[in-house]
Amino acid sequence: MTDYQPVLLPGTPDLHKIDVYEQHGGYQQARKAMGMTPEEIIEIVKGSGLRGRGGAAFPTGLKWSFMPKDGEKPSYLCVNGDESEPGSFKDRQIFEFNPHLMIEGILITGRALRIKAAYIYIRGEYEAWVQMVEKAVADAYAKGYVGEKMKETFGVDFSCEIYVHRGAGAYICGEESSLMNSIEGIRPYPRVKPPFPAQVGLWGCPTTINNVETIANVPVILDKGPDWFKSIGAEKHPGPILYGISGHVNKPGVYDLPTGMLLTELINDVAGGVPNGKKIKMVIPGGSSMPPLRGDELEGVRMDAESLKEVGSAIGTAGIMVMDEDTDLTRILTRITHFYKVESCGQCTPCREGTGWMLKVLNRMLEGNGTPSDLDLLHDVANNIEGNTVCALGDAAAWPVKFTIERFRKELEAELER
Amino acid sequence: MFSEEEIQKVEELKSHYPSNLSAVMGTLHMMQDKYGMISDEAITYVAKLLDVPEEKVLGVVTFYEMYHQHKTGKFKLQVCTNVSCMLRGSDMVLQTIKDKIGIGIGEMTDDTVFSVHEAECLGSCGTAPMMSVNKDYHENLTPEKINELIDALKAKA
Repeated sequence: MTDYQPVLLPGTPDLHKIDVYEQHGGYQQARKAMGMTPEEIIEIVKGSGLRGRGGAAFPTGLKWSFMPKDGEKPSYLCVNGDESEPGSFKDRQIFEFNPHLMIEGILITGRALRIKAAYIYIRGEYEAWVQMVEKAVADAYAKGYVGEKMKETFGVDFSCEIYVHRGAGAYICGEESSLMNSIEGIRPYPRVKPPFPAQVGLWGCPTTINNVETIANVPVILDKGPDWFKSIGAEKHPGPILYGISGHVNKPGVYDLPTGMLLTELINDVAGGVPNGKKIKMVIPGGSSMPPLRGDELEGVRMDAESLKEVGSAIGTAGIMVMDEDTDLTRILTRITHFYKVESCGQCTPCREGTGWMLKVLNRMLEGNGTPSDLDLLHDVANNIEGNTVCALGDAAAWPVKFTIERFRKELEAELER
Repeated sequence: MFSEEEIQKVEELKSHYPSNLSAVMGTLHMMQDKYGMISDEAITYVAKLLDVPEEKVLGVVTFYEMYHQHKTGKFKLQVCTNVSCMLRGSDMVLQTIKDKIGIGIGEMTDDTVFSVHEAECLGSCGTAPMMSVNKDYHENLTPEKINELIDALKAKA
């Protein structure tokens, strides 16, 4: 990691301006991609080992290969910048500091997937960032990199449009099928899969949904080559990744580093350690939906999909939330459950009702009226949500409760005594 | 309810999508920005303007957090109380606001200048605690910063 230079957020002054981006080699990878066949691009991305950065860490090249190669219907790309998972604040940095890298990534991906248009979905609260991205897209259009003019600029028989679609405050829209319904302008309840978006997506057409950071990695792969990318970080989950470190650390922030770093190194060195030298009680490694880890079991844990799976958690959005020894876990769990209760879209009964019941029990515990059997009750309700809903956000609501009880039962019981 | 210029903007928005329904969210954002809320009249207006069923527009309005069917304060103080902000002092933020203007979550000042809302994670975990005031983010908050901010807003009210 010592000789790693940040590539997604290199810190170049004014890189968000198109002229500066061009001076640093910007849009050359899009030019290169236009001279390739879609299959060649997909093979390169497959070979790089890039996995989605939005939560599921699904192999990107493989996802792309599900798209039909021909057919009468147009194809679409959705770029997921809903970024609503508590503890996640990385895509915002790309919007602000390197939006053209994302746009160039869209052009390359667009070529690979033969799309008609791409929609960049940005959460509604990021209004200022929506404006930044809209400006960047408009500049790219003006330079002839996007739209009809692409044909002339790149000398290729391909063109695609890029639009920004602004959300309006709903966590569920980060779920890919909900996101598509949101763009379609109907109530964004997640869809039942199959059919998968590559067959039946936006307006019934083939669609791929990729996270902002995933797309931003695409020009980097074309520039430096799939072998370089594969050599960065964890073998099975390689490449640069944006770690968002928050909570009880001295230097919270977003850090562009290789995957697979030691969690302890990220917390103690990169983020400057825990204030006042306190011990760590709990770490959530990938945004609030991911199973929490015990502070006394962090030694040797690495931040990549495989390593975290081994210790019973997941990489999620790589949003690391650190809690020191004085943290009230009942309160944290109540707040997290409050979030899922408020944000449950209401489509599936287990999630809609279950989150409400869990919150009720947790509030009772917080008020000092809980009993140890409440922990069993909570665990039972969580188990009845998990796996019983249309989308994965039911699991997202269940996991924090389930795994905090399994891993911190002693601490929670002690808090019941207060 | 919209000027010629605003109607042009809606036309531009419509051109981004194969279906007018997709333009409902953007048009509602314009309505919310202009009037500070989405009235029943606005829902009817948007439905007619886009030639989509009124109930579809209502369905979108009621789903999302950012479309309000009731007036809020001129300055909407949205305080994130989710985990990362809680760990870094969202209680302090709420208390400072309460001490300064006398209201808490879900309340509005009598002069309707301020309303306070509990926000879910707004993506400022690295700069917590934070609140947004209308569309602007205010981060790394301290009691001093909050007091200064509210004074500045009062002067603008």
